Amino acid sequence: MNTMAITSMERVLKTLGHQEPDRVPMFLMLTMHGAKELGLSIREYFSKPEHVIEGQLRLGQKYQNDCIVPFFYGPLEIEAFGGEVIWADDGPPNSGEPFIRSIEQINHLKMPDARSSKVLQKVYKATEGLNKEVGNKIPIIGVVMSPFSLPVMQMGFDKYLEIMFFRPDLFKRLMEVNQEFCVNFANRQLEAGATAICYFDPVSSTTIIPRETYLKTGFLIAQQTISRIKGPTATHFASGRIMDIVDDIAKTGTAAVGTSTSEDIGMMKVACKGKLTVIGNMNGIDMRNWDRTKTVHIVKDIIRKAAPGGGFILSDNHGEIPFQVSEETLMTISETVQTYGHYPIQLSDG
Amino acid sequence: MHDIQALVQDLERALLSLNRNEAIKIIHQASTQSSPIEAACEVVTEALDHIGAGWEEGRYSLSQVYISGLICEEAVDAVLPREAPERKDQPKMAIGVFADYHLLGKRIIYSSLRAAGFELTDLGSGLNTEDVVKMVHKQQISVLLLSTLMLPSALKIKELTRQLKDMPVKVVVGGAPFRFDENLWKEVGAYATGKTPKEALEIVNNLTGGKV
Repeated sequence: MNTMAITSMERVLKTLGHQEPDRVPMFLMLTMHGAKELGLSIREYFSKPEHVIEGQLRLGQKYQNDCIVPFFYGPLEIEAFGGEVIWADDGPPNSGEPFIRSIEQINHLKMPDARSSKVLQKVYKATEGLNKEVGNKIPIIGVVMSPFSLPVMQMGFDKYLEIMFFRPDLFKRLMEVNQEFCVNFANRQLEAGATAICYFDPVSSTTIIPRETYLKTGFLIAQQTISRIKGPTATHFASGRIMDIVDDIAKTGTAAVGTSTSEDIGMMKVACKGKLTVIGNMNGIDMRNWDRTKTVHIVKDIIRKAAPGGGFILSDNHGEIPFQVSEETLMTISETVQTYGHYPIQLSDG
Repeated sequence: MHDIQALVQDLERALLSLNRNEAIKIIHQASTQSSPIEAACEVVTEALDHIGAGWEEGRYSLSQVYISGLICEEAVDAVLPREAPERKDQPKMAIGVFADYHLLGKRIIYSSLRAAGFELTDLGSGLNTEDVVKMVHKQQISVLLLSTLMLPSALKIKELTRQLKDMPVKVVVGGAPFRFDENLWKEVGAYATGKTPKEALEIVNNLTGGKV
């Protein structure tokens, strides 16, 4: 997809090794925009793996993206558990009413077989198809919801926090079910051709739980789960703060972290240096309001602060760019990276 | 006689360590010194304000804000029951989650406002424009608080405020999209937005003339 001598895969691997590649790698986490490319509704687009394959290839080509994302939508895993998905014309499908209505249901919760689950087959087929097309040239990023964060959609945030703090028996049981499911889903995506897995774990951020709770819960679960995923992982906190737990995250075995626009990217880079590659941190929600000048300014500023020394991938802060973000803005981000993202970085303050 | 500030600090400590019994004991203690409503307003509101501000500054987490609100709501309900006359003399208020099912933000604001002595109707989640317009009309709601998690849900509020524009209702919005895009609340035609329980309380106090 990139015509330069170095492939996206080589670029990303070098930066993950905390070295400077030819230029800053860029992960535009575009999922729904594939529907625009194909002239389909979002629902129609995600109904067939062939659409996602075609959509991802076109988006990759158009924006010179350094990754391919065969991710469908967050509540897909909830669908696998038998839960409801609500479609929208202008955004990602949302999970419906939680299927765990009473916390005691957790005792009888059955784990779907991630390998044979009908709804997950389209992810595997899309991944296989994309792998056939791009081979080892572009990283294919599979996505899983962490066992620790999935319960927000399974039972609702309020009930989940109550079992996390007051019902350790049910919390433990739910984690056992989710962990097995997550490991199977991740490993099946790797078998299908994903290069790495993005472990989505927003509940572990200090925006949601204090560090002392994280160390007793999300941290241990991430350590156990990531050690069983047979490939590299990046952990994403979907805009949540992580500065206070950077050293802990590094001990979970993950290679990179998705960072929030609420935290200073320069300070984050210093905190992660040599331990974790920093991914981020353009404000995805605000991005739909950016004009060309603002886009160039923001991208240059992030590159200046975070790119020197490698160990950095430019991306949005949430892990999925909203459908409302225009093609012009995405193109400007890409062009700015091509223009100002070459190493050694030569951007000065202001 | 206990010093109010000391009670606030004790309550904050008890809430942050999830010590429900201790927190309830402190709130009871406060309510025996002044009227229950004053205790709710001063001690509980101030402790919850500190915790909410701590979250905004990144010192505390949302789970701490949420659990603190729940504990305080329970304790204030005990000293200031739902039917208490102080709760009745207020403009009709309601709260709900618009176009999605992520309840936490709504639950936090609901608990914090009730813990401060306000009474409000919980409209639930997954609300759409048509339902809300009917509810506002039927229940004569004059302050409507709406929470959203997803950007498309937030953008849909624009149509709702358009349809409500001739009704005497003020729409107050909150949730992640409004935190990450500071002008979004104006774009959707809301009266105001709040990032924390404290800001929500200030807005409601403003709208109700502090009538608790």
